[in-house]
Amino acid sequence: MRGATADAATPAETVVPFHGEHQAGIATPAQRHAAFVAFDLRPGGSRDDIVGLLKIWTTDAARLTRGEPALADTEPELAARPARLTVTVGFGPAVFTAAGLERQRPAWLGPLPPFGIDRLEPAWSDGDLLVQVCAEEPTTVAHAVRVLSRGVTSLVTVRWTQRGFRDAEPGRTPRNLMGQVDGTVNLTTDAELDRLVWHDGSVTPWLAGGTSLVLRRIAMNLDTWDEIDPAAREFTVGRRLADGAPLTGADEFDEPDFEAVDSYGIPVIPPSSHIARARHTHDGERFLRRGYNYDDAPGPGRISDSGLLFTAYQRDPHAQFLPVQARLAEFDALNEWTTPIGSAVFALPPGVQEPGGYLGQTLFEA
Amino acid sequence: MSLRIPHRRLAGLAAVAFAPLLLSACSGDDSPADTTAAEVVTIQDQWIKAADSGMSAAFGVLTNSGASEVTIVSAESPASAWVELHEVVVDPGGATTMREKDGGFVLPAGGTLTLAPGGEHLMFMDLAGPLRTGSEVPVTLSFGDGSSTTFTAQVRDFAGNQENYVPDSGHAGADHPGHGDTGHSVPATPGDGA
Repeated sequence: MRGATADAATPAETVVPFHGEHQAGIATPAQRHAAFVAFDLRPGGSRDDIVGLLKIWTTDAARLTRGEPALADTEPELAARPARLTVTVGFGPAVFTAAGLERQRPAWLGPLPPFGIDRLEPAWSDGDLLVQVCAEEPTTVAHAVRVLSRGVTSLVTVRWTQRGFRDAEPGRTPRNLMGQVDGTVNLTTDAELDRLVWHDGSVTPWLAGGTSLVLRRIAMNLDTWDEIDPAAREFTVGRRLADGAPLTGADEFDEPDFEAVDSYGIPVIPPSSHIARARHTHDGERFLRRGYNYDDAPGPGRISDSGLLFTAYQRDPHAQFLPVQARLAEFDALNEWTTPIGSAVFALPPGVQEPGGYLGQTLFEA
Repeated sequence: MSLRIPHRRLAGLAAVAFAPLLLSACSGDDSPADTTAAEVVTIQDQWIKAADSGMSAAFGVLTNSGASEVTIVSAESPASAWVELHEVVVDPGGATTMREKDGGFVLPAGGTLTLAPGGEHLMFMDLAGPLRTGSEVPVTLSFGDGSSTTFTAQVRDFAGNQENYVPDSGHAGADHPGHGDTGHSVPATPGDGA
């Protein structure tokens, strides 16, 4: 369900339905604020514990997303502005191990293979359970994160929290903190999502209607990026800064022409540029992007700690995302200023079709 | 003109939106003898607080879709040696305490009763074992007419509901566990303070 919103008096009251074939927050037009929270199971966590936790999360997510206080909500007033809240849950490998469901674990579910450009920190990587909370208002996000965390604190601990924001006009591509239009090439139609993002159950029956998420924390070195003039920046990415158009095009959504050369025979879009390296070589290497900027408190002696929460949703990260990431890691002019410092892969179960079900039910009752 | 509203239609109405109804004095086949309290009382949004030992509490929204007032006189659960019906009161000094409610929980005809932290609740006085988050606990409510109903409540972590317990001096089972058994020594009500 894409872009489903109720007629509402104000944006604060707008509801994105929780129930459906797919979890909300994936195809949903991206909200302005996001928090990705990874949890680890406490030792001794059993299958029953995980099912119980998922029922609690389902109950509270269904209520909060429709502007109703959660069960046992000590700040019920903070639930009054749902502001297009979505709550999306994912499973790390440990869920399958703890629940004795290794047979059901997708082959791709686990850490990505290492890349030479990686400087991954455990503090920003992996996790047993993921909750992705997005909304138009940051207070709504904060309250939902708090509710979902405290109702199950005896079963799980918070491993990491990655918060982000984006603020493009609706329907427009946002900019990242390097100043670039970021996210132009993306999946947009239901047909593309059905083919490339949503599982159909043929390979992994319990995952029908679900997908996978790769979340990479990409740190930006803005201090050295400051040293680069606009022309150099445009050659690094392959797009104009002003409007995101490829260097060979007039409009943001023009297809880049990687064969075009100037009068000297030099490619207009450098082959080392980001968009040239990131380009999919066939349809099967495409994925849904839904990224967020992050801008956290700088460390001692620094003035920024900024970057990108890069997200890719696809049926199979190994087939669809890895080839692209491998090309970028092999060479991408942009690598001079960006460093992956976190990486996590999760299986996102299908949506809860009706009240009474719970997230992950198709896995635990497979 | 008196307006008689059948039980069946009342059962379908949402508790929160329920307005006082025009009800005749119950007559004919609407008499309480034909429908037990258990048949007209439902619970929703129920939950119970996780605890390793000692005491815990259960909450929810009770709806009486019947034409007569019903009274919950007692409760029991395999999870606890005994269960009490508690109210929370504030004394003149501002201290909040909880104690057994005289007369049990009264549900008006067509009305609701919300059991919530800081208010009335079912108090599990002596847990048989840990209440583990995510698990389901059976609870049986007994009514004044002798009927009873059983539901399950899911256990979740919750920091509040730590009012001082004031034992009823006339209670037969005199050896009540003190508040300190749960390890909570500071009286507090949710929402208290700045």
